[in-house]
Amino acid sequence: MPGFLKAIGCLLRRDLTVALRRSTDVLTPLVFFIIVVSLFPLGLGPEPAILRTIAPGVIWVAALLATMLSLNRLFADDHADGTLEQMALSPHPLTVLVLTKVAAHWMLTGLPLVLISPLLAVQMNLPESAMGTLILSLLLGTPVLSLLGAVGAALTLGLRGGGVLVSLLVLPLYTPVLIFGAGAVAGVIAGIDIEAHFSLLAAFLALALTLAPWAAAAALRVSLE
Amino acid sequence: MRERGKTPSPLALSREGELVKIYILIDMHKYASPKFFYTLAGQLTPWMAALTALLLVAGLYFGLFIAPADYQQGESYRIIFIHVPAAWMSMFIYVCMAGAGAIALVWNVKLFEMFAGNCAPVGASFTFLALVTGSLWGKPMWGAWWAWDARLTSELILFFLYMGYMALEASIDDPRRAARASAILALVGVVNIPVIHFSVEWWNTLHQPASVSKIGTPSIHPSMLAPLLLMSLGFTFYFFTVALMRMRNEILERERHTTWVAQLLESRS
Repeated sequence: MPGFLKAIGCLLRRDLTVALRRSTDVLTPLVFFIIVVSLFPLGLGPEPAILRTIAPGVIWVAALLATMLSLNRLFADDHADGTLEQMALSPHPLTVLVLTKVAAHWMLTGLPLVLISPLLAVQMNLPESAMGTLILSLLLGTPVLSLLGAVGAALTLGLRGGGVLVSLLVLPLYTPVLIFGAGAVAGVIAGIDIEAHFSLLAAFLALALTLAPWAAAAALRVSLE
Repeated sequence: MRERGKTPSPLALSREGELVKIYILIDMHKYASPKFFYTLAGQLTPWMAALTALLLVAGLYFGLFIAPADYQQGESYRIIFIHVPAAWMSMFIYVCMAGAGAIALVWNVKLFEMFAGNCAPVGASFTFLALVTGSLWGKPMWGAWWAWDARLTSELILFFLYMGYMALEASIDDPRRAARASAILALVGVVNIPVIHFSVEWWNTLHQPASVSKIGTPSIHPSMLAPLLLMSLGFTFYFFTVALMRMRNEILERERHTTWVAQLLESRS
């Protein structure tokens, strides 16, 4: 189906172009991520031992919050100018279009978080041996955050207090990813075998990839009624 | 059909099965219509409320006076007669809510929409009750109001899920749209609950191995099991009674512009 793949390609290119034209939007969650992580040493004191213990959790929680803050950008602009309705009316399945938009969202928020995380890890005194695990766990976990977040963003589209509401809906669902993402990094530092953590993170990603686009598409149809 | 005429028309004969089906369908639609459900629920509520009171009184009597004190935990174990049924209800109600939401989404039945929406406050209350009683029990047993025990933690997350559901429902003004959106959220939640539960359990075993032990006895004595089951049944009936009462209220609110509600009001005044 060339038309179908062409639509996906067009949508992906469009979303990336639109976002990069307003690059501050892309940078804001990233700066937020850096600031939140930097606040912890200020609140807890600069002892390297303490920072090393809390580093995996702090970086992961900050990644959760940064992703959550960026969620309103996912559908809100397209909803406001009517593009979203055109997408819902297009002959291509909305599920796949949603998945494409989520992919674009991850490239613009998840991926930068992953790329900047080694810098913050150094700041938090994380041992170098845990660096690879941190990057890999974020690489597996952040797409799940974007996918689940898409459901929350679609449900709260155009509602008053949407930003706070989306956090209430989405954060409880993020707990498994947080547990095993931060757990993997902490496990490497403690010298535990962390293969199971990665298997579970990958399982969450597979589950979210298959189910979340459907839920998000159904939620969008409700919001567009 | 047959009593009316001596020679039934061939059409009626061949279609008799179909006709019966249609009658049943009509009947179901009758009961699914808000007006009939309102009267039906009104007739059921006092009976269910009486049954609830009976079960709760019996459960509390057997639990607080008849059941023997635990050899390890003394008298304070008796809080499980509230705590455990409340925790069961918190999960049972979430599943009911998601199931009703799915039915409402697929078949567009208004009654199930209302039922799903009215499950949430009751379920959240039971979750809160389970958390509070768990913490009250934890103080003498663990020496702390709160421990990051796996079950307590997943119950807390369940409470957050209920809060999110109610917040979403409250922030959409159109009741039909609110019901559909929150049904999708409940279905996403119901897929996630097992994942969250096992994640929290594994996280817990990784972090604090066996520092916390729940009621360690694998088998429970019948004198303790009976009040537990009575209380669970009582809580279940309480839930359905309150759900029916809340649904009656919501029916009146949603149908306030219809003639039957106006007639009902007139006959009351």
